[in-house]
Amino acid sequence: MINLSEAFETQNMIQHENLDVRTVTMGISLLDCADNDTEKTCKNIHDKIKRLAGNLRSTAEEISSEFGIPIVNKRISVTPIAIVGSSCCKSTKDYLKIAKTLDSTAKELGINFIGGFSALVSKGMTKGDRLLIESIPSVLSETENICCSVNVGTTKQGINMDAVRMMGQIVVRTAEMTKDTGSYGCAKLVSLCNAPDDNPFMAGAFHGVTEPDAVINVGVSGPGVVKAALEKVHGKSFQVLCDTIKKTAFKITRVGQLVAQEAAKRLNVPFGIIDLSLAPTPAIGDSVADIIHEMGMEQCGAPGTTAALALLNDQVKKGGIMASSYVGGLSGAFIPVSEDQGMINAVKAGALTIEKLEAMTCVCSVGLDMVAVPGDTPASTISGIIADEAAIGMINQKTTAVRIIPVIGHDVGDEYEYGGLMGTAQVMKVNKFSCKEFIERQGRIPAPIHSFKN
Amino acid sequence: MNRTIITAVGKDTPGIIARISTFLDSKKVNILDISQTIVKGFFNMMMIVDAKNMDENFDEFVSQMKDISSELGIDIRCQREDIFDMMHRI
Repeated sequence: MINLSEAFETQNMIQHENLDVRTVTMGISLLDCADNDTEKTCKNIHDKIKRLAGNLRSTAEEISSEFGIPIVNKRISVTPIAIVGSSCCKSTKDYLKIAKTLDSTAKELGINFIGGFSALVSKGMTKGDRLLIESIPSVLSETENICCSVNVGTTKQGINMDAVRMMGQIVVRTAEMTKDTGSYGCAKLVSLCNAPDDNPFMAGAFHGVTEPDAVINVGVSGPGVVKAALEKVHGKSFQVLCDTIKKTAFKITRVGQLVAQEAAKRLNVPFGIIDLSLAPTPAIGDSVADIIHEMGMEQCGAPGTTAALALLNDQVKKGGIMASSYVGGLSGAFIPVSEDQGMINAVKAGALTIEKLEAMTCVCSVGLDMVAVPGDTPASTISGIIADEAAIGMINQKTTAVRIIPVIGHDVGDEYEYGGLMGTAQVMKVNKFSCKEFIERQGRIPAPIHSFKN
Repeated sequence: MNRTIITAVGKDTPGIIARISTFLDSKKVNILDISQTIVKGFFNMMMIVDAKNMDENFDEFVSQMKDISSELGIDIRCQREDIFDMMHRI
């Protein structure tokens, strides 16, 4: 039977250390919604999402109340729209129409975000893929709740450099079209390498074609809980450090597992995976950078940070894997800059640069995330940054991503407040030397030698 | 059986357990276990209750318990036992 100290430990995590379930995401296949008429496709999409996810929000709120655990976001991920819309969309306007249908459906159901306005183009682009990518700037400036992602590479297929070049231009165009809100559109746009099919976190969530008709994926969080646990073992050996992270990750993931099981049962949709990520928020103490600091770094970004992050990421996985048989998505530690107060402080202090962040992405769960750069950064430089990240992902067989915001009208050292979970962007310095000639080459980077495992 | 854990934390005053127990009785909620401790004048209490015969839904129960919480000036929370079991038991 549960004793007094165990009960209060759980409550302390929730009330004082920001433990929450970051998202309950329902993945919905829209493959059967495709029609050769855009209006009909939009209607099918609206009807199917409403039928399956009509009760998603109320069910999540019910579970949150019964178990006393906050569920911050209720989200939906759908089949990459480039596939769904390929037979009916003849222009970017047709894709925009689908985006608006998704957006209004999200609002109708009280959903925070719909992810899956996506194209998977690691080896090449269909006409539909190209039109979808070209429609992204308009979609992000004319909708509120849509997240866009483009997978530009995989370890098995290499990197599609034509897509990388295009994404640099799309990021810049999106920034310009949403410049009144600090180029906010770019916060909902991510370029990925090795994108997982079952990721519940935005902006990269989509429902892969290998997934069932509908599925519940849950993303847990809890950097504050890990940090509080590490404060209690300050200065102790690496063994104690690792054990503490593992035990804490186990507890956090078990809560996610419980919520996922209940949500799946009540919504009558199969349970997919738990994504055991440490996802920071701008709330004080809910920071991955603060964990790094607690591990012994004066500031996140100091020499040793990559090793500390590697240890953290690995122990989170080892602890979490015991707590759920189905772990997937991105699983690890996120290092979004604007969303993490400790990261922002490190940038302000001059401890954290884009180059150090790039090194950290080799061992964290994703990549360069919510990084603000000067508004006049050339598209080719952004493509270069995307190519670098994709190369790290491709060679190391891991997911990497770039969510970069050229904040139009702002320069190095400026701050822009997005509010909510998106936090405060601190504009960071970008290497001024050009990679234009490299980016302008046509074609793709071949798959690495270690991908040939047949 | 629908086991729920009720925890209460706050400044110790007479009648806290009496007030909570009377309320539980009125809702046909059975107390299975109770433990408490007082640290530096602060009251920490945990009850494990069975809410299977409860008349109303959990949300209403929680919201009425919140009224008692503000009436007594202490923090009372009700959570299904599963969340504690999942976290602390393998």
